[in-house]
Amino acid sequence: MRKTFLTRSPSVLIFLSLLALFTLTITLASQGYGAGLVSTSFVKTLGKTLCLCLAALAMDLVWGYAGILSLGHMAFFALGGYMIGMWLMYARTEEIVVASLANGDLPATAQEIGQGIVTQIFGVVGASDLPLIWGAAHSLPLQLALVVALPGLLALVFGWLAFRSRVTGVYLSILTQAMTLALALYLFQNDSGLRGNNGLSGLQNLPYVTASQDVVTLWFFWASAAALGLTYLMLAWIVAGKFGSVIRAIRDDEARVRFLGYSVESYKLFLFTLTAILSAIAGALYYPQAGIINPAELAPIASIYLAVWVAIGGRGRLYGAVIGAAFVSLLSSWFTGGRAPSIPLGFGTLNWVDWWQVLLGLSFVAVTLFAPKGIGGLFDRLAHVRAPDRKGAPLGPDDGSLQEREATE
Amino acid sequence: MRLVLACLLTLICALPLRAETAADILTANAELVTKASRQTIGPVIDALAASGDPAAALVLEAWADKRLGLRKSDGGFVLLTPDADGYALRDLAGADAGRAAKSEITELKPNAGVRGLIATALVQFTLSDPDPARRRAALESIAKDPKPEALAPLRASIALETDPALFAQKQRLERLLTLRFDPSSAERIKAINSFGADLGLDLRGALNPLLATTRIAVAGDPPADSNIARPLKTGRDLTDTEAYDLLVAAKLAPARLTLEAQRTALVANLSGGAVGGIALADLNTQTARDRAYTALETAGAVPQAATDDEATAALAAHRFYDIYTEADPAVTTAATAALKSIGQKVAAMQAADLALDAMSLASIYFLAAIGLAITFGVMGVINMAHGEFITMGAYTGYVVQLYVPDYTASILIALPLAFAVTFAAGVTMERLVIRHLYKRPLETLLATFGISIALQQILKNVFGTQARPLTSPAWLDGALSLNDVVQVSYIRIAIFVLALLFLTFFLWLMKRTRLGLEVRAVTQNPTMAASMGINPDRINMLTFGLGSGIAGIAGVAIGLFAKVTSELGTDYIVQSFMTVVVGGVGNIWGALAGATMIGGFQKVIEFLNPSNTLAAQTYMILFIILFIQIRPRGIIALRGRAAGD
Repeated sequence: MRKTFLTRSPSVLIFLSLLALFTLTITLASQGYGAGLVSTSFVKTLGKTLCLCLAALAMDLVWGYAGILSLGHMAFFALGGYMIGMWLMYARTEEIVVASLANGDLPATAQEIGQGIVTQIFGVVGASDLPLIWGAAHSLPLQLALVVALPGLLALVFGWLAFRSRVTGVYLSILTQAMTLALALYLFQNDSGLRGNNGLSGLQNLPYVTASQDVVTLWFFWASAAALGLTYLMLAWIVAGKFGSVIRAIRDDEARVRFLGYSVESYKLFLFTLTAILSAIAGALYYPQAGIINPAELAPIASIYLAVWVAIGGRGRLYGAVIGAAFVSLLSSWFTGGRAPSIPLGFGTLNWVDWWQVLLGLSFVAVTLFAPKGIGGLFDRLAHVRAPDRKGAPLGPDDGSLQEREATE
Repeated sequence: MRLVLACLLTLICALPLRAETAADILTANAELVTKASRQTIGPVIDALAASGDPAAALVLEAWADKRLGLRKSDGGFVLLTPDADGYALRDLAGADAGRAAKSEITELKPNAGVRGLIATALVQFTLSDPDPARRRAALESIAKDPKPEALAPLRASIALETDPALFAQKQRLERLLTLRFDPSSAERIKAINSFGADLGLDLRGALNPLLATTRIAVAGDPPADSNIARPLKTGRDLTDTEAYDLLVAAKLAPARLTLEAQRTALVANLSGGAVGGIALADLNTQTARDRAYTALETAGAVPQAATDDEATAALAAHRFYDIYTEADPAVTTAATAALKSIGQKVAAMQAADLALDAMSLASIYFLAAIGLAITFGVMGVINMAHGEFITMGAYTGYVVQLYVPDYTASILIALPLAFAVTFAAGVTMERLVIRHLYKRPLETLLATFGISIALQQILKNVFGTQARPLTSPAWLDGALSLNDVVQVSYIRIAIFVLALLFLTFFLWLMKRTRLGLEVRAVTQNPTMAASMGINPDRINMLTFGLGSGIAGIAGVAIGLFAKVTSELGTDYIVQSFMTVVVGGVGNIWGALAGATMIGGFQKVIEFLNPSNTLAAQTYMILFIILFIQIRPRGIIALRGRAAGD
């Protein structure tokens, strides 16, 4: 069974070996364990990119395979980041507070430590009690469970509400976008309990770990690579089976699948929740590397960028999503980082920091118009897979009807 | 109170002192004036004030300013202007009276109490000043800082008032002062009742201090003469901590031990690694610290502190009351009743104000969404760049104002120009991009989003990130104020009118013109429409251009009250989509209903939770998500074939 799965999807083996090779190369060239050829900050960028690729995989499954254009998956991504960030910040602050209280005249009581932590974390928003949602922040296992549970639950409830009332297509996109906006606005409040627009910071410092950032960065890099590889394997297995056929059928014609007796809503709900959880895991790996998270990360635009990556990489193929996310996000950080050379024109200079977004937007339009398959289409061309070249006007009013040229031939 | 009484009494007693001129009065009372004290000088000042001599005001002012002096040679009063080596003198009528050296003059230096009496007397002069502007200024200064002393002069000046507006103002102020400061309770109650449910802020400002309360804690019954507002129950009206703090403040109970104080005491009594027989290392729980402190108390090393039991007993043994600072219960009852009836009227007015606010917000959403209702609703094309079209409209207004300095003219030019600019942009976009994607709505969303980020960045590169001003003409400044509660700014009224105009225009266009007929035909069945000789391509292009053009006009309108930045449109895009989705796609009435609902709902939430507009938006979006559950196709859903899929 396993053999047939791998032979049916040869891209899995190629992808996994490339990922392993890449991880090994970076490790050997890193400052932490290797020759020191690549800087730690670059390893961090690569690790973050791997997490974005993971989120893009989830987006590809829900959009490319099932046709649900969710503009809310980056919200789940950020929520996962918030959940892990709460533990990181709490534990780190606890470490500092205990250390500072140990110098006092009396040994500290539990209340004093608790009060010290609250003052440290919530002083900026003027709160003096630990908000309810931080109830589990002292425990890593509980908070890790929340990384999965909270976004999963949110996606489940939202998806259930949306799918049962048959909200589809662009309506669903707008509704998910509204959900993201609502969540972002909620988190922007100071009394939301998550430090308002200050967000959570200092996440790159692992509590109780004395290893240097060079090493810790590599740990996260490996974890991100492992998560990406495992997810890829799992998703490839899912889409290669019967489940994959059903969700592709839902994408192509939802009504027919429903008439065939499948519970379309259950499939969609499962998929929506699963991908939300995957995004949350990606976020939980991403933000400790980024070091800071704030509600701006939930802005609707972030989720739309996720869709852009998947579209440029190529929808409906897993490697397309990974390529798109890696390519566009690395290119984007290269351009916006000011490292791209400005182009002098006759009337002024083209400064890429300012004009990169314009290029991205227009190339995105171009991809949508002229290359709906994205970068993945190049691989089709290499493998000599051709789409039917249908020409002439359709003979009937419906999509996919016989076309003039086909009828005469 | 006593002071006012004294003033009135002295006013009567002073009558025999009345003399012709200010100088006569001063000379007749020279003894009193030179040794003026607050208790004795009253009759003299009142006589001056009542003399009717125009010089009296001058004299009083000079006296209060320490510019009145006594010439030693003849004992006459003179006005002084100090200079380098003495004084320039004027007599009391203001005529020049030569010079004098410092030694020849005794300067009068009234103390603060006397100066206060003089200032009160002067109020009457300003209140009866021939210049109405000065009279109005005096009234305003009294209204701003009401004092009991102002009552008598104010009453005296009412009869002399000739200006009808000022007369009414004086009467109102007199009653406001009466209800606060009159010695007779009956007068005060009469004044309170004379207002009825008046909405003026000044009335509420005068009534509220009458109902000011203080909290007291007493062991038995409350003092007999106190005017009790209400008894307080611990746990319901005030927390145990607050109640105990009251007891401590009234010295009815010893202060409780704070954790900080306990800690300090423990540290201070640390000896040999232990406190009160408990080892230092064991003091890491609160119970251990309490035991150590009790041990110290027993040893007498620290002062006794109230324990929890003692605190509870003390709370049980005392009763707590809110008492009015105003002593007369009849006055407080009348004031409470008046405030209650005012409160009801204010609530009604606030509801009206809220409705107006909601309507103006709804018209903004309607303006922003109407273009979208055309492109999304009628054509089924989702245009994520709609927000950028709104921004382009606003920037068009800004650019026009750079060249046309007259604001009225510039707005009149900007409106059609913004329409033209965004119409052109919309048509270009439709021709180049959207036309190819009519069968792939999700991809239209993405492609237009690509255009949106490109446009937004281009606008940012051209106009910069800082907000640009789009100034409204002066006649749109200010607000239409119906009373102290209900106010609508003219700009909001203008936007409301603009929204109505567009509604009418759109209805006329769709129902009464050839173009509207063709648009509806193409919307319902493009193939059939094409068979009837309508060119669907052209119609789609025009419809899209129209929707975009209206977005541009909405941009000018929004820019008038919002900051014009490249992100202006993004703030409205989600709300606009919501408006269309909630209202029902494909129907202008739907957009109107959606805008009204969203605007109204948002204002109501903001009213319930005014400090937090972010929360209002969050709840509104949640509400919309739930609303879609009940009516998935919006408030006004199309039925039959027109509904499509």
